[in-house]
Amino acid sequence: MKAVLPVSVVIAAIVVLWYGAAVWMNAAWVRDQAARAGETPGFAQIVPQTLNQERPVLPAPHQVVSELWKGVAGQAVTSKRSLVYHGWITLSATLLGFVIGTGAGILLAIGIVHNRAMDLSVMPWAIASQTIPILAIAPMIIVVLNSVGVTGLVPKAIISAYLSFFPVVVGMVKGLRAPDAMQLDLLRTYGASQRQTFAKLRMPASVPYLFASLKVGVAAALVGAVVGELPTGAVAGLGARLLSGSYYGQTVQIWAALFAAALLAASLVALIGLAERLTLRRMGMGR
Amino acid sequence: MKDTARLAEPAIEARSLGLTFQTADGPVHALRDVTLTIGRGDFVSFIGPSGCGKTTFLRSVAALEHPTEGSLTVNGMAPDAARLARAFGYVFQAAGLYPWRTIAGNIRLPLEIMGFSRAEQDERVARVLELVELGGFGTKFPWQLSGGMQQRASIARALAFDADILLMDEPFGALDEIVRDRLNEELLNLWSRTGKTIGFVTHSIPEAVYLSTRIVVMSPRPGRITDVIDSPLPRERPLDIRDTPEFLAVSQRVRDGLRAGHSYDV
Repeated sequence: MKAVLPVSVVIAAIVVLWYGAAVWMNAAWVRDQAARAGETPGFAQIVPQTLNQERPVLPAPHQVVSELWKGVAGQAVTSKRSLVYHGWITLSATLLGFVIGTGAGILLAIGIVHNRAMDLSVMPWAIASQTIPILAIAPMIIVVLNSVGVTGLVPKAIISAYLSFFPVVVGMVKGLRAPDAMQLDLLRTYGASQRQTFAKLRMPASVPYLFASLKVGVAAALVGAVVGELPTGAVAGLGARLLSGSYYGQTVQIWAALFAAALLAASLVALIGLAERLTLRRMGMGR
Repeated sequence: MKDTARLAEPAIEARSLGLTFQTADGPVHALRDVTLTIGRGDFVSFIGPSGCGKTTFLRSVAALEHPTEGSLTVNGMAPDAARLARAFGYVFQAAGLYPWRTIAGNIRLPLEIMGFSRAEQDERVARVLELVELGGFGTKFPWQLSGGMQQRASIARALAFDADILLMDEPFGALDEIVRDRLNEELLNLWSRTGKTIGFVTHSIPEAVYLSTRIVVMSPRPGRITDVIDSPLPRERPLDIRDTPEFLAVSQRVRDGLRAGHSYDV
């Protein structure tokens, strides 16, 4: 509860800065219009006109909020104008990609930890894969999969998986290697097999690392799904809303879609945080 | 229970044991020419400065290191075979309890790995918890226990599968002196009740003299034995035995042994 004051101060500061920036950036258009009409408006006349433009350079916070509200609650969820409709399309690709990416990441990590050849051969490729800009590789994935007849959800999910497997690999390798020499020696004195060492020591020890990775991974998966929607020509999804907004100069729509994506990512991370708390408490590691 | 032939057989026997680690700076002689027989039911302490090989010797007995020269038998078997025969339990300096398991769950760990039935696991866990005076703490998690209690739980874990030999590598080294005194007393009590053979690494002279029937003084570079002292103290030892002349005489002899091995040269 002590955090309420500082948190609200920070939010208030952001809103004030945002309004200031909106006035400053949108004023040029107001002055332009006035000049054409042969008027010279004062500051007090300019300000209100900067905050309610149809295509502002930077939409004011209340415009974004109302567009968001209109997109979420003001439409039937099946409407092409509904952010719930577009959000669901992006979310389904995100979740499928996240599941694929997490599964692949965990399997790769298990291989890397148990096999020196895999450690040497897979890890550099995993790192290299993340140095390629996703914007460059996403259209190729879409096109290649399209040409073999795979369209719709799966290509986007694969781009999501491509981004989300990496934090899981890195986190799980670290987590599976977390037990120290003493703990491994202890199991050796019991004559434990490699399988038992994995099940009883390495896997439980890696759980906190897994959750940290999942939080990064799910946010990356959402970015992947949004990026995957861009090259398909803006049919559906939050990425499509972003793209069509930028085609038609609908800045308010772009910002509303951006915020919808951010809220979605925040909810996904919060859900994983909740699962983390419950799991760690069950394991006796939550305090 | 045990036949006389088995009683006569030494618990641990090392002959001209040597262990050389090959490092980038050349060979390091962790152990050289160590010959030692530990009888059944003995409480043997290994004392010496860092690098004298006391831990390496204990780890060799537990088949965690493999000597490069000489011979070593545990209950008449090679250490690897002795491990499979569950001849020894090992206690490390840190309790090393799994934070995700309760105290009972931690003690159950070796039993699960060794394939004891569920009913037998429960029975054994309850028994060793009583033995280390942790009855009623089975459902607690490690972080809910003090450091001394955690170390007691780790001793219980090593006792759970009924090994005859308990190998302890500075088990109380990280605890404060008051807790250490109490645990020393409890350990002697446990030893006299269970009749186990105990190998105990320490670098505390009073601890070694108070606990042991035999004290092995070691010295570094190369790691070797400089003196083996058979303690004249009785098996029954109250804490204030540490103020008797006999105790001080043994302490003096340990100190002399350490000095003879140039252990005080730094």
